Amino acid sequence: MAEHPSSPIPGEKPRWLDQPRNVTKVVWALVAVCALLFLSDVLYEKHPTFAVEYLFGFYAIYGFIGSVGLVLAAKWMRTILMREEDYYDRDR
Amino acid sequence: MTAIAELAMPISPGLIVILGGLLVPFLTAGIARVYVLLLSAATLVYVLGLPSGEHAAFTFMDLDLQLLRVDKLSTIFGTIFLIALFLGNLYAWHERDRMQRTAAQIYAGSAIAAAYVGDLVSLFVFWELTAIASVFLIWAAGTDRSFRAGMRYLIIQVGSGVILLAGVLFHVHETGSITFGHIGLGSIGGTLILLAFGIKCAFPLLHNWLQDSYPEATVTGTVILSAFTTKLAVYALARSYAGTEMLIWIGATMTAFPIFYAVIENDLRRVLAYSLNNQLGFMVVGVGIGTELALNGTAAHAFSHILYKALLFMSIGAVLFRTGTCKGSELGGLYKTMPWTTGFCIVGAASISAFPLFSGFISKSMILSAAGEEGHFITWAILLFASAGVFHHSGIKVPFFAFFAHDSGRRPKEAPWNMLLAMAVTAGLCIGIGIWPEPLYAMLPFPVDYVPYTAVHVITQLQLLLFAALAFTFLMRTGLYPPELRSTNLDIDWIYRRALPAIIRGLGSGIGVVWDSLIGGGRMLVSATIDGAARNFGPYGLIGRTVRVGNGVAWVATLLLVTLLIAYSAG
Repeated sequence: MAEHPSSPIPGEKPRWLDQPRNVTKVVWALVAVCALLFLSDVLYEKHPTFAVEYLFGFYAIYGFIGSVGLVLAAKWMRTILMREEDYYDRDR
Repeated sequence: MTAIAELAMPISPGLIVILGGLLVPFLTAGIARVYVLLLSAATLVYVLGLPSGEHAAFTFMDLDLQLLRVDKLSTIFGTIFLIALFLGNLYAWHERDRMQRTAAQIYAGSAIAAAYVGDLVSLFVFWELTAIASVFLIWAAGTDRSFRAGMRYLIIQVGSGVILLAGVLFHVHETGSITFGHIGLGSIGGTLILLAFGIKCAFPLLHNWLQDSYPEATVTGTVILSAFTTKLAVYALARSYAGTEMLIWIGATMTAFPIFYAVIENDLRRVLAYSLNNQLGFMVVGVGIGTELALNGTAAHAFSHILYKALLFMSIGAVLFRTGTCKGSELGGLYKTMPWTTGFCIVGAASISAFPLFSGFISKSMILSAAGEEGHFITWAILLFASAGVFHHSGIKVPFFAFFAHDSGRRPKEAPWNMLLAMAVTAGLCIGIGIWPEPLYAMLPFPVDYVPYTAVHVITQLQLLLFAALAFTFLMRTGLYPPELRSTNLDIDWIYRRALPAIIRGLGSGIGVVWDSLIGGGRMLVSATIDGAARNFGPYGLIGRTVRVGNGVAWVATLLLVTLLIAYSAG
């Protein structure tokens, strides 16, 4: 997966992203940007339409929880919905 | 002749493209590829110069037909349809298949013509023509799967047209008018027409033709298909059902449920089909809210969406073209040899995710703002969730699993120059609209008083998106993210591909059982009768055997006695 990419072609020059430590650098950069964005909620005056928007970092929290919930729910849906790739091609 | 010419003038741009497209089969591929580019470009120029108002009206069999109604709503859809056709033709420059090139022009021409008609009967004609012309783009893939998917697609699309016709007949009976204007619910005709639009717009439970058929079309066919059918339906909804509250809930459902499927789907073109469905939901919500801001949002979002969705299908199509697959489980690491395609895919991904400076940001936010202004809290919350979700599967998953992720060891060539050029122009438009939205805003149906770039909007949108990215990273690093697996996920099409056939087979075998038992019973009755007759009347039977004279006299006497007894008792 992403955390351990490697170049499987022998003799090929590995790219910057092929090094796991560089991928980790990207991840930490993202974490840093997210932290700054979360804190930047103090920088502007809110004009909320709905009361929930008063919550500090509402959009960040909502985006994170929503995404994790989405993926875990979809993963669970696989237990019910997933069939073999040729499911509709069989019995023919 | 002059009278007809005057009646039909100015001619509908859709008819120009259809009639022009009919020439394509007679041209060699080398000429046709230039010709279709010129045809779509010239028609685009023609559209931008069309005078506003109602033209090309005539009476046919007591029906007041009108082929050209030029207003802001028809112009913005006509314009983006022609841009999409031009870009699709450029992307398909290398294609030598006459049938596909012809079908693409007639299909797009029908959609453009439908956007300009002023009456429901003409709408029906072009509505059906889009269905019939477009199926050839699916069948052109030439596989058994694509043939079957195309058949299902055709049945559903033509079915939508039949329902539309039924609705129009009721509507005419109820109102006496065939004008293609506001219809609304509240009558049988209005309900049937909404159902017909809803099928083409892929409403929840009516949606599955989209994910079933588009990923089975050819590389270039899917790019063309993604632009027209569903956005024509959005246009028709905006025309006839603006402010219909039910559409808010239908649209909100549409934004949310396809993204769950998109997360677990392996075929990346099918992932994009699910996210197309999700983006249509935003437009349907806009129609349902029905305020000026909301309808502007719907039109603007349809415009940006056609471009970024085409761009995404183009980039994954280029991957399919070069590697023969677009399954997440078989791809990865392609950025090493397809860097340009990777870059264009990321532009499409950023646009659909509505990153600031990309097209989705300036259009989708109008719909969210409209939902907020009207106090639709739950709808607003669902749309916000769907915005994070679309970033997750279209923004991150599609480019990540195709171009990065685990290196698949594939080293395909970069896409052909014409594909790269088409992607470059489309990507340029996506960024251009994002940075400089004013020209698009000027085309919208109502005056625009909306400023997308405020500090609040930019910061909150970046918070939402980057924390969604953080969630993706967290799930990948912890191994919680579901891996790409070769699989089929059951959706509503299971009902007509599995359950209904099984029920019909069950009914068939039930009828067979009854039939067999009836026939079997009949046969047994016949053979029992024959056996009985043979027993009694055969050579050794009671009645058939030869008897001695004495016995014969005894029989005659007995019969006589019985006859006498009956006669006396009767007398």
